[in-house]
Amino acid sequence: MTEILIKNGFVVDPLNKINCEKMDIAIKNGKVVAKVNEKNAQVIDAAGLTVMAGGVDIHSHVAGAEVNMGRMIRPEDHYKDPVRKTALTRCGTGYSIPSTFVTGYRYSEMGYTSVFNGSVAALKAKHAHEELNDIPLMDKATYILTGDWWFVLENLAKGDVDECARLVAWLMRATKGYAIKIVNPGGLESWGFGRNVHSIDDPVPNFGITPREIMRGLIKVNKKLNMPHTIHLHTNNLGVPGNYQTTLDTMKAFEDLSTDGKPVAHITHIQFASFKGENWGKFKSGAEEIAKYMNAHNHMTLDMGQVTFSDTTTMTADGPFEFSLYELGGHNKWVNSDVETESSGGIIPFHYKKNSPVNALQWSIGLEIALLIKDPWKIFMTTDHPNGGPFYDYPKVLAWLYSKKAREATLKKCHKSAKKKSLLPSIDRELSLYEIAIMTRAGTAKALGLPDKGHLGVGADADVAIFNINPETLDISQKFRTARKAFANAAYTIKDGTIVVKDGQVVNSQIPGRTFWVDAETKDPCKIDDEMKRKFRDYWTIEFENYPVTDHYVKVSDRLERKASV
Amino acid sequence: MSKIINNVVCPICGCLCDDLEVTVKNNEIVKMKNGCAVCEAKMVHGYKSEERILKPMIRKNGKLEPVSMDEAVKKAAQILTDAKYPLLFGWSSTVNEAQRIGVELAEELGSALDNCCSVCHGPSVMATQEVGIPAATLGQIRHRADLIVYWACNPWTSHPRHVERYTAFTDGRFEGSEWKSYMNKMKASASRKKMDIASKRIEREEAQINPQVEVNGPPPQTLQKPGRKMIVVDVRKTMSAEAADYFMQIEPNRDYDVIEALRCIVQDQELDVEKVGGVPVEYLREVADAMMKCEFGVIYFGLGMTQSLGRFRNIEVAIALARDLNRKTKFIISPMRGHFNVTGANQVFAWQTGYPYAIDFSQGYPQFNPGENTAVDLLKREDNDATLVISADPGAHFPSVVMKNMMKHPLITINPDMNAISRLGDVVFPTQWCGIEYVGTAYRMDSVPITLKKVVEAPPGVLTDEELLSKILAEVREIKKKRGLPVGLTEQKIVHTEPIEPPRVCPAPVTKPKPKKVVKKKKEAA
Ligand code: SF4
Ligand SMILES: [Zn+2]
Repeated sequence: MTEILIKNGFVVDPLNKINCEKMDIAIKNGKVVAKVNEKNAQVIDAAGLTVMAGGVDIHSHVAGAEVNMGRMIRPEDHYKDPVRKTALTRCGTGYSIPSTFVTGYRYSEMGYTSVFNGSVAALKAKHAHEELNDIPLMDKATYILTGDWWFVLENLAKGDVDECARLVAWLMRATKGYAIKIVNPGGLESWGFGRNVHSIDDPVPNFGITPREIMRGLIKVNKKLNMPHTIHLHTNNLGVPGNYQTTLDTMKAFEDLSTDGKPVAHITHIQFASFKGENWGKFKSGAEEIAKYMNAHNHMTLDMGQVTFSDTTTMTADGPFEFSLYELGGHNKWVNSDVETESSGGIIPFHYKKNSPVNALQWSIGLEIALLIKDPWKIFMTTDHPNGGPFYDYPKVLAWLYSKKAREATLKKCHKSAKKKSLLPSIDRELSLYEIAIMTRAGTAKALGLPDKGHLGVGADADVAIFNINPETLDISQKFRTARKAFANAAYTIKDGTIVVKDGQVVNSQIPGRTFWVDAETKDPCKIDDEMKRKFRDYWTIEFENYPVTDHYVKVSDRLERKASV
Repeated sequence: MSKIINNVVCPICGCLCDDLEVTVKNNEIVKMKNGCAVCEAKMVHGYKSEERILKPMIRKNGKLEPVSMDEAVKKAAQILTDAKYPLLFGWSSTVNEAQRIGVELAEELGSALDNCCSVCHGPSVMATQEVGIPAATLGQIRHRADLIVYWACNPWTSHPRHVERYTAFTDGRFEGSEWKSYMNKMKASASRKKMDIASKRIEREEAQINPQVEVNGPPPQTLQKPGRKMIVVDVRKTMSAEAADYFMQIEPNRDYDVIEALRCIVQDQELDVEKVGGVPVEYLREVADAMMKCEFGVIYFGLGMTQSLGRFRNIEVAIALARDLNRKTKFIISPMRGHFNVTGANQVFAWQTGYPYAIDFSQGYPQFNPGENTAVDLLKREDNDATLVISADPGAHFPSVVMKNMMKHPLITINPDMNAISRLGDVVFPTQWCGIEYVGTAYRMDSVPITLKKVVEAPPGVLTDEELLSKILAEVREIKKKRGLPVGLTEQKIVHTEPIEPPRVCPAPVTKPKPKKVVKKKKEAA
C-alpha cells in the first residue's frame, strides 16, 4: 500500500474541531495515521488548498429496481449526456439517473467517497446490491423498506416490539441492509388497494394499526437493535400542501422516545414535507415552523431534498404520492411499481422550473430550512437525488448555502409570486467551510454511526477530498462561482488511501469500495420454524430460502456487528 | 446415492418458479416435483440430450471440427476484433453475471449489443418509455386481484404455472383461489359438451340446418360479482380461454381498436358503432364495467399484442387504459415476459449503459435506437460484419433474409446444445446450463431477482457463460494491445468470501465523538 502525505493544506475537520488550520495529513494502509516517512510517501502539496474528509451522502437513489426503471424509461434523458469510454473508465450515460459506473465517477470527482442508497424493497434487494457493486470508487450501503413489511405491521399491531425487533434484525441480515427505512408508513400498504393514509393517526386498512404506531414501534426496535443509524423516515402526506403540520405531528410524536438527548429519527428530504397552504394555489413555505421546532428540539436530524431546477426524474417508494403527482397533470409518463407484502413505488420525470410559482418556492423552502436551523449537525445537504435534482448539482446547492449573492442571483430569475413569498431575502446567513463540512461529511457520518468516516483523525478511513479553495484569499460568499467550480472538480480525491481523482478527473477507477451492512445479534434469534416458512410462502411468491441476499451479491462486504438488547 | 434438493429455480420461462424439488442421482437429475411439464421436459430430460455440445468447434473446410478451448477463444477474439462492426445478440437465457461481461465486451469492441427482447417485448419497453407503466410484482396480484385479464397471450402453454401460482388459481391474503369454481365450470361444460354432441347428432339425424353458432357470447353475470374473475381476450380460443370466466374473441389486428373502445367507455364517452373488432359494444360495456368495479384488476399481455398490427401503439393504449382505470380503482398491467432472464438482460444493460436493448457502442459511448440498432434491422441492412449469438436461437426465429445476411459473415455461437444457430456457427462454443450446472441471477417477469441454483456438475471442460466471455474479452484486449490500440481495464475479480477483513466491531455511537488529535506537525501560516 502506498503512503501519502498531504502537506500544508487548510484542514477542515469539524468532528475534531479543526477549522481551516494548516496541517499535514498522513495516510498509510488506507487509514489516516500520525505520520509517514516523507521519503517513501507520495507527497501532495496542498498549500493553498482546502482538505476535508471524503463526502458522505446520507440519502441518494443510486441503485435498485426503482432507479433502474427510471433509467429504462428515459432514453431522452440519456441522449443529452453520453459519457465516453476512456482507457481508465467505462462508458455510460447521465443525466438525471446516470448509469452505475458514471455514478461512481461523478461522485468521486466531487470529492464524495460514500453514498447511502435511499430505499430498497427487501424482495428486490439483490438487484440493488448488484448495482451497488457496479458503482466504483464509493463505499455504499442501502436502507431497507421496513415500515409496511407485513411482519412488522402484524407484530406492532399485536404490541410485540421484541419479536418485531428480532424479525427486523433478520431482515437487515437477509437483505444486507444498513438502516430501517420507512416511507409513508401505512400508506404503501393502503396503496395496494389504491388508497392512502392522510394523517399519522389514520388507520391502515386490514391491519389495525396507525402510522404513528408503526413509526414509534420501529424507533423502539431500532434502539433495541442498537442500529448505527436512526430510523430513516419519509413522512406521510409527502408533497401535499399543508403537510408541514403532519411533519410537526410526526416529530412531536417522537419527543418522549429520546431519553439521552440523542436523535431517534432522521426525516429525509424535508423540503417535500414542509409545505403550507390548503392547496396548490395557496402554496406557502412551512420552513419557519419546521426550523423553529428543530431549533428547540434535539431528537431529530434532517436532510434537505433541495430542488435545483433541472429536468430530472422523481422516484420513490411512495406510490400514492407519485400517482397524485401524475394527476396534477402535465406528465406523460407514470410508473407504478408495487412490491408484494412490502412496498409500493412510482416514477415520474419532472422538470423543475424557475418560472413555476410552486417549483420556485420549493427551491426556496429547502434553503430556508437549511439556513434557519441554527445547528448544522441537525440538517444535511442532499437533493434526494434524483428527486430534487441530480447529485452533481450539489456544488450549486452549496453555493446557495454559503453565498447570499448566489441566492439572490437565482431568486431574481424566479417566478414573481415565489419571490414575494420567499423568506430568503430576509436571511443573511452564509455558511462557512466548517459548516459545509458538517452538512456534507462530518454530520452525515455521525448521524449514520460511522466512526471512521467524515473526519481525518488518526484511525479514520483514508477518504479525503482536497478542493482548490484557499480560505485565506478566496471569499467564497463573494466569488461563489469560483468556489462552486472547486467543489464540482476536486483537486484530489483519495479513496481508501489511493488517489482516484486529480483535477476533477478520475485517474484510478479500480477501487471498488465496500458495502456496509448491519448484523444485529439478538439474544434469541427470531423463530424461523416451519410455521414461519409456511407464512412466508403465503406472503411472498418466492420461497423463504431464496429470499436472502447471499454473500455472492456483495463484492466487498463490511459487516457492522451490533449487540442487540433483545 | 440420491439426494433431494429443495427450492430449486426453474430456468425456463419468466415465471421463474422457485419451489422445485429435484432428485439427483449420480450427478443426474432423475426426478422433479412441483414444476410444470415444460420444466420436467428440460430439467429431467432436455439438459442431458444427445445434442449437447461438449467441445468447442471451429468450421474448417465447411465442417465443424473439435478444437481446444484456447484455439476457439483465440479464433473468436480474432473474428470479433477484425470485424469493423460486430453484433452481440441473445442474452435472454443466461444469467446477469454473464450479461455484465457481455456489455463490457461490446464496449471494448465498439459493437452493437441487442437482446431477444427486440423480437418479443421490445415494443412493450418502447411503450413504457412513452407512457410509463403501472405495474406490480406477482404476489400483489395473488393477494389482491379480483379481476385478471390475459390479453393476447396463452399462459396455459407459454407460462404453465402463471395462473396457478400467481393469479386466478392461487390463494392470497385478500382474495381466494378461483380453482373450485373453475372445476365446477369444467364439470358443467363437460356435461354440456356431451349434451351438445348428443343434440348435434340428433340435429344431424334430423337433417336440420345448423344454426349459426355464436362463438363469442355475452359476458356472464358473474363478471359483476365480487370474487376472483378471469377474462381472456384473444383472436382464437386457447386453453387459457377455456379456463376463463369469459372469453372475448376479437378479430386479428384489432387490439388497438378494442382497447381504445374500452377506454372510451371507461371515460364515459359515447360509442356510435355496434361492434368493435368483432365484439358488440354492449359486451365491451360489461367488460369495462367489470374493470371499473373490481377492487384490484390486472391485464397481462403477450406477444399477440406486441407483434401484431400497431405493435408498441397497442401496448401504449393498453397502458393508458390501465392508467385511466386507476382513477376508479386499482389497476395494474404487465407484459408476460417469455425467456427466464430476458428481463434481467434489460436490467443489466440499463444499469450499465442507460438503455435496455438495441445499443450501439461504435461511437465510444452507448446509443439507443430501436429499429436501427435492433438485431433484425441491423442484419437486414447488412450493417454488421460478424455476429456472436449467446443463449438464444435466432436460427429458429429470425426471418430468412436476415439469417442469410448473418451467414455471409463469421458467426460465433455460445449455447449448451446443438440448436439451429449452433449448427450454422463458424466458432461453436459449448457452455453450461445455467440454473442446472451453475449459479447465477435471473429476473422474473416482474423484475424480482432470484438466484438460480446448481444441482449437478457440468461435463468436464465446459465453461460457464461468464467464464467463457471473460476469456474472449481478455483475448480481445490482448490482440488490441498487440496492435497498439488502447484497451479498457480488466475489472479486478473479487472473490466473494465474507468477511474480507475480520469483522469489524463497530462500537455504539457516542453522543459526542471524542476529538482525536489529528496530525503532529502544525505549521504556521506562511
Ligand atoms: S411455469 Fe415456467 S418457470 Fe414455472 S415450472 Fe413451468 S416452465 Fe418453469
Ligand atoms: Zn429519497
